[in-house]
Amino acid sequence: MALVLSVMEQGLIYAVMALGMYITYKILDFPDMTVDGSFPMGAAAACILIVKGVSPVLTLPVCFLGGAFVGMLTGLIHVKLKVRDLLSGIIMMTALYTVNLRIAGQANLPIYNQNTIFDNAFVNGIFTGGLSAYKTVVIIFLIAMVSKCLLDWYLGTKSGFLLRAVGDNDTIVTSLGQDKGMVKIVGLSIANGLVAMSGCVFAQQQRFFDISVGTGTAVIGLASVIIGTSLFRRLSFLQVTTSVVIGSVIYKGCVALAVRMGMAASDLKLITAALFLAILVLGMERKKKVKADADIK
Amino acid sequence: MLTLNKITKHYNPGSVNELCLFDGFDFTVQDGEFVAIVGSNGSGKTSLLNIICGSIDVDGGSILVNGRDITQKKDYLRHKNIGRVYQDPSKGTCPHMTILENMSLADQKGRRYGLGRGVNKSRIGFYRELLAELGLGLEEKLHTQVGALSGGQRQAVALLMSTMTPIDFLILDEHTAALDPKTAETIMELTDRIVTEKGVTTVMVTHNLRYAIEYGNRLVMMHEGNIILDAKGEEKEKMRTEEIMDIFNRISVECGN
Repeated sequence: MALVLSVMEQGLIYAVMALGMYITYKILDFPDMTVDGSFPMGAAAACILIVKGVSPVLTLPVCFLGGAFVGMLTGLIHVKLKVRDLLSGIIMMTALYTVNLRIAGQANLPIYNQNTIFDNAFVNGIFTGGLSAYKTVVIIFLIAMVSKCLLDWYLGTKSGFLLRAVGDNDTIVTSLGQDKGMVKIVGLSIANGLVAMSGCVFAQQQRFFDISVGTGTAVIGLASVIIGTSLFRRLSFLQVTTSVVIGSVIYKGCVALAVRMGMAASDLKLITAALFLAILVLGMERKKKVKADADIK
Repeated sequence: MLTLNKITKHYNPGSVNELCLFDGFDFTVQDGEFVAIVGSNGSGKTSLLNIICGSIDVDGGSILVNGRDITQKKDYLRHKNIGRVYQDPSKGTCPHMTILENMSLADQKGRRYGLGRGVNKSRIGFYRELLAELGLGLEEKLHTQVGALSGGQRQAVALLMSTMTPIDFLILDEHTAALDPKTAETIMELTDRIVTEKGVTTVMVTHNLRYAIEYGNRLVMMHEGNIILDAKGEEKEKMRTEEIMDIFNRISVECGN
């Protein structure tokens, strides 16, 4: 039971990040490495703000805005300075390593004795006794759902339509008299805002910031997106954003299973990478099969 | 009125492959004209459209719309007043969005893409009417992804989308070339209907000499970056396909095609 709870917690925290990567990877077709820097940035900002006495709830919008700013910079590097998409992200990721150290002031920053969104007088007043074991997962679930619904709402607006259009066929965005570069920048901003917010929640759940928490964020996010979108491809009633959230939980479940089967915690990144590779290859298999089916018809 | 003034365009400048396409090229389109442009490969037809739309920069000369210089204007800003249909049917629509979503996107052209609902429900009836006029039964498929439609259906939707909002120019870049003959015919008739109804100034590049004769009120033939034939009004009416074919063959033979 504890394992299930922990998988749900981790999965749903990373789901917020995966929603962001869904925008960049699936909608914009932009392999955004910035997330390896914006995720720990959210974590660093959350910890330092909490240490400084800022309300934990307030850290969420602050981290979102911080992430959005970083995403905007990646977008500007790509669009205005015409640097290739992958490189723009790598440049930002590398720069953010230093920025994150500066934000936190040190390579790791614990917040064991501070209030967090999971541990404060208000929350502890609601979740008493036996319920207290579930408070973290419930709060994370709420955050993930609100993020998902807001993203769904945005994608249904005119601005959201334009974002989907730019990934689908950017020629048409130009034909509509709109600046496709601007649309990409907006997309990257929202995506990294979500990623940083995910890092913010992560740090508060773990109760510390560590400079290395961002390593592999992009891989985890992509794996979640690919699992979600390819596994539930045929279930048309399921919204894509919902599939991404479920994908993230499944992915964390797989990792937890591997650890349970005797792999050490230090093997985690290897497991992450191997799983991602497996998912990529299997995902391609499916694509081929689907295409073959279509050809026969 | 659209004026191209002493346009100069070189490809691969400074390399052994340097190609001078336009050298002091002049071209004027009057309001309400429907110009059909024909010419051999490499004659500069598509480059001409790209220059008008700002998709490629010019090395010299100026482009004027109603006397205003737009040479330095960014492509997407120029498209605010230009509707464009491409040769590739997948370029004029978003394949992963539904017909309804595509129509809604196009309907918003010229206004801000803000945080209002993407689909304006009160406009659905209007979209249905437009689609029904195509006679392809698309009005019943509003929620179908455009990627699932045939090339001809997509091109029909693209044509509707590009002419939905008020535009000064319609640019057609071999928009029937990728379609089978029958569908091409349908799309061409549809084009003619829309252009006539809206009275929009149109520049059409085509490889089909018959279309160039049958449709439009001005015919231009290009060769190696120059206009070698420009027939308007009555003069154009009198032209026969064979005549054009003759001229076309002559220039083609000259460059060994």
